Amino acid sequence: MAGRGREMTCTEFLSLLDDLIDGSAAEQMRADLQQHLKDCEHCEVTLNTTRKTIEIYRSNQIYDMPQGLRERLHAAIMARCKKGC
Amino acid sequence: MPEVPSGAAGAPSGRMEESGGIPKSVKSSRGIAQPTPMETIQPIAGENEQHPDVALVERVRAGDVSAYDELVRKYERQVFRIAQRITQNREDAEDVTQDAFVKGFEKLDQFQGNSKFYTWLVRIAVNESLMRLRKRRSGRMVSIDEDVQTDEGSVPRDLADWAPDPEQNYSQAELHKILEKTIKGLPPGFRVVFELRDVQGLSTEETAEALGLSIPAVKSRLLRARLQLRERLTRYFKRRRAAAQKAGTDGGKG
Repeated sequence: MAGRGREMTCTEFLSLLDDLIDGSAAEQMRADLQQHLKDCEHCEVTLNTTRKTIEIYRSNQIYDMPQGLRERLHAAIMARCKKGC
Repeated sequence: MPEVPSGAAGAPSGRMEESGGIPKSVKSSRGIAQPTPMETIQPIAGENEQHPDVALVERVRAGDVSAYDELVRKYERQVFRIAQRITQNREDAEDVTQDAFVKGFEKLDQFQGNSKFYTWLVRIAVNESLMRLRKRRSGRMVSIDEDVQTDEGSVPRDLADWAPDPEQNYSQAELHKILEKTIKGLPPGFRVVFELRDVQGLSTEETAEALGLSIPAVKSRLLRARLQLRERLTRYFKRRRAAAQKAGTDGGKG
């Protein structure tokens, strides 16, 4: 519970957003953040869509190398390393 | 903010912990693999366990090139992705990947094991990428701090909620194009921090180490990168949703 007189502002919530997403917020801070979320739809949307943003990028890794490129690069690297020996 | 030194093949300063790691589920992700829940980003090795790369590095130092082959195989995709993120150019990313691994091999005796091999390698790849950018820009200095003085996206403006799974409205190719276009609009210093922290799963400390940035600088970039990406994706998804609704309405009329 916030319960300490002053409620958290949206700006304060936003500056701590990463701590909530990454699970690094301390217990009291986490409770304050959750309390703010209860009353603030905007921040709840921001939190949910930011989480989703990370998930989408994580699960759609754009630059996964095509196998052909990977093999070609790998061979070139190893050829250069062996040459240097 | 410090520029990443151009000769960063030397051993990093060693302020990071040995416990970080790239989650297996992220490493093996291809295409539309299962999303990795954020809670599962956990270190592979505990603080007192030796990271498996240490043994491989030792073997390379003892003259076993095949051990380096294993390290290349293990990290070439991630290194390529970082190079792509910074240079935004496929040819450059290929060259950078080659050069970074060859440089890593040549300078392996400078790797002191204070950091993980991968973090050390990323630092080389980041510097190679920046040098490549510099070449493209006719010798103008390029730093990882470039263009980060922007307030865009610091405060969420578009607060429309997303449909439960907005990505399902797109083909995989379409979605990749949107994600690519969206992240391309961010400064290189934001793109690479987001890539290392959120996609590859490095810790804040490892990311700071790899990029030669302070921990507060990494945190600040990550927050802004996340918020800017969120803002830009919201605009895309909203447009598609509005178009779908309009099509539905028009269809209803007809």
